[in-house]
Amino acid sequence: MEYQKYYVPESSKFPIFAAASLFILVMGASSTINSLDDPDSNASLVLYTGLACFLATLFFWFRQVVKENNAGLESQQLSQSFVYGMAWFIFSEVMFFAAFFGALFYVRSFAVPWLGGEGEKGLANMLWQDFEAAWPLINTPDGGKGFVIAAKSMSFPGWENITHWLPLYNTVVLLSSSVTVHFAHLGLKKGNKKAFNIWLGVTVFLALIFVGLQALEYYEAYEHFGLTLESGIYGSTFFMLTGFHGFHVMLGGVMLAIMLIRSVLYGHFNEHKHFGFEAASWYWHFVDVVWVMLFLFVYIL
Amino acid sequence: MSAVIESHHDDHHHGPAKGIMRWVLTTNHKDIGSLYLWFSFAMFLIGGAMAMVIRAELFQPGMQIVEPAFYNQMLTLHGLIMVFGAVMPAFVGLANWLVPMMIGAPDMALPRLNNLSFWILPFAFGILLSSLFMEGGAPNFGWTFYAPLSTTYAPPSVTFFIFSVHIMGASSIMGSINVIVTIMNMRAPGMDLMKMPLFVWSWLITAYLLIAVMPVLAGAVTMMLMDIHFGTSFFNAAGGGDPVLFQHIFWFFGHPEVYIMILPAFGITSHIIETFARKQLFGYSSMVWAMLSIAILSFVVWAHHMFTVGMPLAAELFFMWATMLIAVPTGVKVFNWVATMFRGSITYETPMLFAIAFVVLFTIGGFSGLMLAITPADFQYHDTYFVVAHFHYVLVPGSVFSIMAAVYYWIPKWTGNMYDERLSRLHFWLSFVGVNVTFFPQHWIGLAGMPRRYPDYALQFADWNMVSTAGAFLFGASQVLFLFIVLKTVLGGKKATPEVWEGARGLEWTVDSPAPYHTFSTPPKVS
Repeated sequence: MEYQKYYVPESSKFPIFAAASLFILVMGASSTINSLDDPDSNASLVLYTGLACFLATLFFWFRQVVKENNAGLESQQLSQSFVYGMAWFIFSEVMFFAAFFGALFYVRSFAVPWLGGEGEKGLANMLWQDFEAAWPLINTPDGGKGFVIAAKSMSFPGWENITHWLPLYNTVVLLSSSVTVHFAHLGLKKGNKKAFNIWLGVTVFLALIFVGLQALEYYEAYEHFGLTLESGIYGSTFFMLTGFHGFHVMLGGVMLAIMLIRSVLYGHFNEHKHFGFEAASWYWHFVDVVWVMLFLFVYIL
Repeated sequence: MSAVIESHHDDHHHGPAKGIMRWVLTTNHKDIGSLYLWFSFAMFLIGGAMAMVIRAELFQPGMQIVEPAFYNQMLTLHGLIMVFGAVMPAFVGLANWLVPMMIGAPDMALPRLNNLSFWILPFAFGILLSSLFMEGGAPNFGWTFYAPLSTTYAPPSVTFFIFSVHIMGASSIMGSINVIVTIMNMRAPGMDLMKMPLFVWSWLITAYLLIAVMPVLAGAVTMMLMDIHFGTSFFNAAGGGDPVLFQHIFWFFGHPEVYIMILPAFGITSHIIETFARKQLFGYSSMVWAMLSIAILSFVVWAHHMFTVGMPLAAELFFMWATMLIAVPTGVKVFNWVATMFRGSITYETPMLFAIAFVVLFTIGGFSGLMLAITPADFQYHDTYFVVAHFHYVLVPGSVFSIMAAVYYWIPKWTGNMYDERLSRLHFWLSFVGVNVTFFPQHWIGLAGMPRRYPDYALQFADWNMVSTAGAFLFGASQVLFLFIVLKTVLGGKKATPEVWEGARGLEWTVDSPAPYHTFSTPPKVS
């Protein structure tokens, strides 16, 4: 077997900068959150400083890896390490969402019915005896004493209103973006950089539309439906699941946009070497699959 | 662009840089392994000091030394620091040192990520420890941080705790991705999966568990954060949530987590017993399958921590039987270790002493676990000192003994020097006696009904608590001896041969002692 040297950088400044800025970031985040009631607090400055340092470190770190790759330091084996690394990273993200989906399934199948007096542990109903279990849970068990009662949920509004139902548009947008990113990949594999750039550009555009539509949806929820994070467990699960998904869409969109910039401005990627793009596109497909689950379990069922 | 690259000449890869920056900027798996091990030892001493505070307060009934509020903080931090700061980083350190050498790799697959995984930890634990000095004190809700104790009734420092858990989780996930990628992608030609040393197998499975459950822990603390500060009601029944939901999510993480803390110990023990029994390990492939079964079962047993919380009968039964099923693969492992020793030419060097103690004492902890798995019996045992005795038996003479065994076994390879055999045997016997005197009586006071987590207790438990405290201080003090032995070995001692132990198997024994800074620049031949 032909032996290629495995590139191990002799030392690196990036990790310690990343760790230190992460430290500043989380100290800032904790202090900011703990002093939300204090208008004089400057804690958010620490948070933004940490965030800026962290992003800068990531920028220089990734730039270095790209340089090393272009200089041919990366053996096939090292490239394979990146492939495995990305796959396992996506698996960890899957498990993060699993925690929130698990919470949703648990409250829908167990906690809420029990509070309503159904099932083996229905004696929980003695806490708030007027509470009737329903999903989407609009009326909280305590009758809205500690929570905001929403006027309306975000679930499927019936066929007659389907044209006003934003999540449907979002589904179409995100599913098509998975297809367009695949077209970009196919183009690149054939060596057609022009097709690659165009399809990738379309994908980034669709990502923007998705985020815009979701912002509109949140605006509607807060302003028109009175549905907020404080609307009991329905609002909690709805905003946390769709919110984290939306955050991951932004992350994936930024990744794809960076790939687009690298391709258009710097001429990176060819039909043989393009794992940076491929990793971002995997991430994109993952985000898409999560959305399908959301659409099914948060909006429709 | 090329200027950056040219600084990495291949021909001056001889040794480490000088000074403190070597440790800060290093990408070398051995340096990072040492950092992890020293960090974990520091945390072991800090967490141990907290245990001494706890045991000193419990020396006699009544309140003598600390306030109950501070006792709660010590209890919480002791648990968190020992689990996340001492045991887990020690195993990651061992993985860093050993996995590349054992599979014939030049280094870890992602060396810079490796450095980041380590350097997050001092920051994360700095945050956690600094909460002791914050208004309202450190987290005081136990290491399991059940809602609503950790949400509605938590001190303000809980926010810092949450973010510190977030970044130590990120560190674990990155470290695990690195280990998995190294094992999957960096094995020397001929190193098939079923030829891999068992420590490598144990870490492959451990890393998979870590990647699967650390994000779930991140989810749990995120929900806490939202409940505390942003008005959600995940763990609040008034809004339709459920405090029990917290326990489900936590233990979905927590149960695999306890196997994360024991699987690498299984790997270590297998190597040591094989070497000092001078026999090939009995049942290699059954060892691998047993670990895989334990790992898979660990995802479907979590609610056995919650038998008394009020679950439907079907759940109580399912989790009882599933838990008991774990005894089968674990029994296979214990059987294999004993069978390996059977008719072997055993010598009792310190690593072997620790490994045999591991097999015996871990099995005691396993059996008390089986008792706790019986739902109706658990209604009596739950939240008593019997549980405390159980998990300390699997964690202290289990995980911690295996780590000490590993240090004695491989330190000649790391430093090039043999450790002091006489002092290390003394360390073993002091630890062995100390650990049993501390924790065995806790079985009895637990069965007699002494609840855990309280700073005070009824008079009938006084005698055995006094014994337990005496044992704890003996165990604690003997770890200072351990520190001394390790330092002495690092600084000098009888020179070790490359093989170190007669008949030791594995690639790490084919290279010099100390192992060269870059072990394998070309992959070794594996037969």
